[in-house]
Amino acid sequence: MPVPLVQIRNLTVSYMPENDGVVRALDRVDLDILNGEITGIVGESGSGKSTLAAALLQLLPPNAECSGSLLVDGENLLAAGEAELRRIRGTKTALIPQDPAMSLNPVIRVGDQVSEVLRAHSKLTRKQRKQRVQELLAEVGFVDVKRISDSYPHQLSGGQRQRIVIAQAIACHPGLIVADEPTSKLDSELQGQIMELLREIVRCHANALLLITHDPTILAGFADRIVVMYAGRIAEQGPAKDILRRPLHPYTRALIGLTEVRTDGVRVIRFPFIPGEVPDPAHFNQGCRFEPRCLERMELCAARHPQSFSPESFRLVSCFKYGE
Amino acid sequence: MASEAQIAMLRVRGLTKRYSTSRRVWRKRMSLVALDDVSFEISSGKTLGLVGSSGSGKSTLARCVTRLERPEAGEIWIDDTDIAQLPIRDLLSYRSQIQMIFQDPTTAMNPRMSAADILQEPLLIQRRGSASERRLCTADLMHEVGLSPDWMHRRVTEFSGGQRQRLAIARALTLEPELLVLDEALTGLDLSTQAQIANLLLDLQAARSLTYLLISHDLSLVARMADTIAVMALGKIVEQSPTREIMSAPAHPVTRALLGSATNLRAKHAAVRGGCL
Repeated sequence: MPVPLVQIRNLTVSYMPENDGVVRALDRVDLDILNGEITGIVGESGSGKSTLAAALLQLLPPNAECSGSLLVDGENLLAAGEAELRRIRGTKTALIPQDPAMSLNPVIRVGDQVSEVLRAHSKLTRKQRKQRVQELLAEVGFVDVKRISDSYPHQLSGGQRQRIVIAQAIACHPGLIVADEPTSKLDSELQGQIMELLREIVRCHANALLLITHDPTILAGFADRIVVMYAGRIAEQGPAKDILRRPLHPYTRALIGLTEVRTDGVRVIRFPFIPGEVPDPAHFNQGCRFEPRCLERMELCAARHPQSFSPESFRLVSCFKYGE
Repeated sequence: MASEAQIAMLRVRGLTKRYSTSRRVWRKRMSLVALDDVSFEISSGKTLGLVGSSGSGKSTLARCVTRLERPEAGEIWIDDTDIAQLPIRDLLSYRSQIQMIFQDPTTAMNPRMSAADILQEPLLIQRRGSASERRLCTADLMHEVGLSPDWMHRRVTEFSGGQRQRLAIARALTLEPELLVLDEALTGLDLSTQAQIANLLLDLQAARSLTYLLISHDLSLVARMADTIAVMALGKIVEQSPTREIMSAPAHPVTRALLGSATNLRAKHAAVRGGCL
C-alpha cells in the first residue's frame, strides 16, 4: 500500500458566527488521496465540500477552527505557520477556483499573472520565467501563446480564462490540485474540453486532482474515486465505477437517480427530486443527517449517527443498512 | 390563421442589436453584431426554449425583449403594441407584463433588503395597493412559491440558494406578468434544487397560464420544459422547431453539436452506470 499523498483524519471544521452558536461545516472526516488519482467530491450546497477544499489549502476564513489531522505530502498543515503555508501553497497544493473572472486581476496582463506565481514560488530569473510562462500556456492548450500572454482577462472568453487559472495552478508542479467546480460556469462543450485538459495534466504530471462538483454526471469516465458528502459528513466513498453503477447509500442513490433523464424531447410534468432540503448546519440532528429525507430510514437512524461500514472491499458507506 | 386559436403573446420580428467597441487612437470603432435579424413568436401559455453556447446572443436577446436594452432595429409585439422603440417613460406599463429572472439570485437582489421589501418594491414603483394590501400580497406570493410567510422579515442573505431563486420568482410574479424571461434561471443550482425550481415553474405556468422564454445552454434541461426550441449561434436563430423534432432530428450542425456535447456526458455516465464490464 503506497503512502497516500493526502491523509485526512478526524477533520472537523467549525465556523463561529458573530451571534452565538457553532456551525460544524465538516464533521470528523477521514479521507486518503493517492498520487496520480482523480478524486471527485460530490455534494449539494451545504455539504461541506467547499470547506474541505478550503481546509486542504488552509484558506479558511478567520472565524473557522480546525481540529483533527491534515497531512499533505508529509507536512502537517494544521501545525504549519503562515510562512510555511505560503511555501506549501503553490508548490505542494494549488487551487483552480470556480470563477476565474473573479480570481484574475482585471488590470494585469494574464501572462504576468502566471509569471507572478513563478516569482512567488520559484527561483527562476525574469527571462526563465518568461520562457516558462510560454511553455505553461502552450501546455494548457493555447496556440497563439504570445497574443494570449499579452491579453487582459476581459479580452479572453470564459473557457480561455479557465485555462489561464489552470496554468497558474500547475506552474510550480504541485502534488495536489484542488478544483472547485471548475466547469459549472461553462457550457457543456467547453466543459468537456476543460475536463479533458485536467485529465491530461494529471496523466503527464502524476499529481493528485481533487475535483469538487454538485453534478455526479461529469465524474463518469473521469474520476477514479468518488466521495459523496452530505451535511458535513462523508456518506459514501469508493471506486467511481462502483459508486455510479451500484450506489449503496440511500442519498447517493437518490442523487444519481436525478441524473437519469430522458432526452427524447418529451415534455415532463414533474422533475424527480429529493424531497426536503439539506439541513441547516447550525441545527443538525443527532442521528444520521440524511434521515429526515431518507426513504429507507429505520428507527435507529434518528437516534445516533452511523459509523462507516465496509460491505465491499475499497468501499465505505455510512449507513445502518450495512451494519450497526 | 385566426382559426389556429393560438394567439401569440410575444412576436419578435427582425430584431437586431449591435455593440460598438470603445474607440481607440488610430483604430476605427468596431461593431459587433450581437443579434442579427432574429424573429420568433411564443403562443400564450407556452414555453420557447432558447439554447446556444456562450456568446451566441441569448442574453442580449433576453435584455432586448425585456427592454433593458434598446434594439437597433426590429419589432417586439406585446399584444397590439410594438415596444421595441418605446421611450423609457412609456415602458412602465409594459414592464408589468414582462418580467425577468436572472441566473444568480444573489446578485439580482439587494442583500440589505428583507424578503418583504424585495417583493413590495415592484408594487411601490408601479404605485399599486395600500400598505396593508401590499403586505397581504407578499404573504400570498411567498406561500405560492413555497416559502413560509413567517420568513418575510428575513434578509436575502439568510435564504439558501434555492430559496433565493424562489424569492426571485415571487418578485417577478408580483405584478402578475404574462411573460417570464428566464435567463439561465436554473443554472448553478444543485440537481435536486434545480428539479424543485423547475417543478415550481411548471406548476406556476399551469396555474397562471404564464408564457415562458426559457434561456439556457443546457439543451437536455430545456428539452424537458419547452414546447418549441430555438437554437442560436453568432446572433442568429439557426434552427427553430417543436422540441420533439429538434431532439430526434436536429438539422443544423450547431444543434447537433449542442445535442452531442450534452448527450456525450450523459452517454458516458450511462455507459459507466449500465456497465459494459
